[in-house]
Amino acid sequence: MGSARLYAAVAAGGFRRYATYRMATAAGIFTNTVFGVILVYTYLALWDERPHLGGYDQAQAVTYVWLGQCLYSTLAIQGGGAEKDLMERIRTGEIAVDLYRPADLQLWWLASDLGRALFQVLGRGVVPFAFGALFFPTALPSDVTVWAAFSVTLVLAMVVSFAIRYLLALSVFWIMDGMGVSQFLMVTGIFFSGMTFPLNAFPEPFGDIALVLPWAAQIQMPADVLMGETSPLTAYAFQALWAVVLLTAGRLLQSAATRRVVVQGG
Amino acid sequence: MAETLGTSPGPEGFRTSPGPEGFRPVEGSRLVEGLRTYRLIAGMWVRSSMTYRTSFAVTVLGNLLVTGLDFATILLMFSQVDTLGGWSLPEIALLYGLSATAFGIADLLLGSMDVLGGRIRDGSFDTLLVRPAPVLAQVGADRFALRRLGRITQAVAVLGYALAAVDVDWTVAKVLLVPVMVISGAAIFCALFVAGAAFQFVAQDAAEVQNAFTYGGTTLLQYPPTVFGRDLVRAVTFLVPLAFVNWVPASYVLGRPYPLELPQWTAFAPPLVAAGYCALAGLAWRAGLRSYRSTGS
Repeated sequence: MGSARLYAAVAAGGFRRYATYRMATAAGIFTNTVFGVILVYTYLALWDERPHLGGYDQAQAVTYVWLGQCLYSTLAIQGGGAEKDLMERIRTGEIAVDLYRPADLQLWWLASDLGRALFQVLGRGVVPFAFGALFFPTALPSDVTVWAAFSVTLVLAMVVSFAIRYLLALSVFWIMDGMGVSQFLMVTGIFFSGMTFPLNAFPEPFGDIALVLPWAAQIQMPADVLMGETSPLTAYAFQALWAVVLLTAGRLLQSAATRRVVVQGG
Repeated sequence: MAETLGTSPGPEGFRTSPGPEGFRPVEGSRLVEGLRTYRLIAGMWVRSSMTYRTSFAVTVLGNLLVTGLDFATILLMFSQVDTLGGWSLPEIALLYGLSATAFGIADLLLGSMDVLGGRIRDGSFDTLLVRPAPVLAQVGADRFALRRLGRITQAVAVLGYALAAVDVDWTVAKVLLVPVMVISGAAIFCALFVAGAAFQFVAQDAAEVQNAFTYGGTTLLQYPPTVFGRDLVRAVTFLVPLAFVNWVPASYVLGRPYPLELPQWTAFAPPLVAAGYCALAGLAWRAGLRSYRSTGS
């Protein structure tokens, strides 16, 4: 019970840390909204040419765009969440302090990143999404249970997103410089999560491949649950499977790292 | 580390030459001084990034891949359709090549100006003010990142493909317009970066707002104007003159109707638009700099 309170406090800390910069949040809302408008017009032109591309109608394609803008910083699609701090702490050696704490390293960072994600979805995500729903034709469900199912996929998406970034960030224990890892996260995150283009509209066979990769758990799954294109249980199973696989891999790599690697000193 | 390198470029970097005009340099020598300052600071950052050559090569490649995703998206779209907004792939590749090359040059030259807000917040901006060198040149060259050549490389490759693939009856005017578009476009994006930096004097934490205009601008211009709503096209023609980076002059090259039925001569206006916009951005920068109050910490 005590440890649950500890991680809740860490998550609250992550939330508050990002909530502090109100001007930056407002700037982010503005930028996400502008990008949403640009993308929506290109999608409308595309779906005009090819109605029902990827099984979506125009309103669904528009909804997909705004959900993407809503989740862009929430799921740290291009990186920049807890893994950025973690890589920096490994590089500087401050990770030694984290390892000293009477808390689990992975859970600590997961809690912190979930706190961040929760703030981002409320602080940065809701407004662009509401803007999109207000000014463009969207396909939003009126059924409360669909929204509830969507919230569950959102939490699972946050966990998978963290698991991917945590696993890769640990490689800095060996390679010391996080620049390449960050770029890898950015390229794969933007492309394979379907940020720029829905995975189900990819040409075959790339679409089928992209849809089974862990990044598909991030935007595609929540979007399909929200718009009733996938049954919630299928989405949960897919997301939970990847979460378990990646978190386990992260845990194994973490124990290898902390056992063998000499902490950077200075 | 990198941060300390940025704040102490070494004594020999900024020794001002007394010169015949003494301590009251005329406007022309201010420009020379600024360019010299820029060259010295940028050179320092290049040397610093070259210390780890493998890391540098990897980050250039990474930059190329990340920025190339925009064109990958266009290719994905064209795997499903033959035209978008009535434009073919080579035509859109031309828009993309022009927009991304112009933006890539501006991004290489001034793309790190969004760190200004951070410098104002932590007080290190004061250090730049006491140096006997133009502040704009110092801020512009701050954290100069040669890895941004990655974006220019992929953009030039797409531009090359587009120029070879588009169906155009090339005339002297059309051929000359291509480099004019790239240079004017780069100047327009540079003006946006400077205006964005000036805005950070007002709102330090709002550096991301400028991304909507810079990154958002280059993304917008990668697609034909026929795709967007008329009000949006009006806004990026008359409010923020992005349409002059490629939409208007490229319509002339491709023999397409101009956005908003603009008159024919506007295809040759980009250098004028760029000059006017740079002047406005310069005024905004001066106003911002004058309003600066140190955090005092």
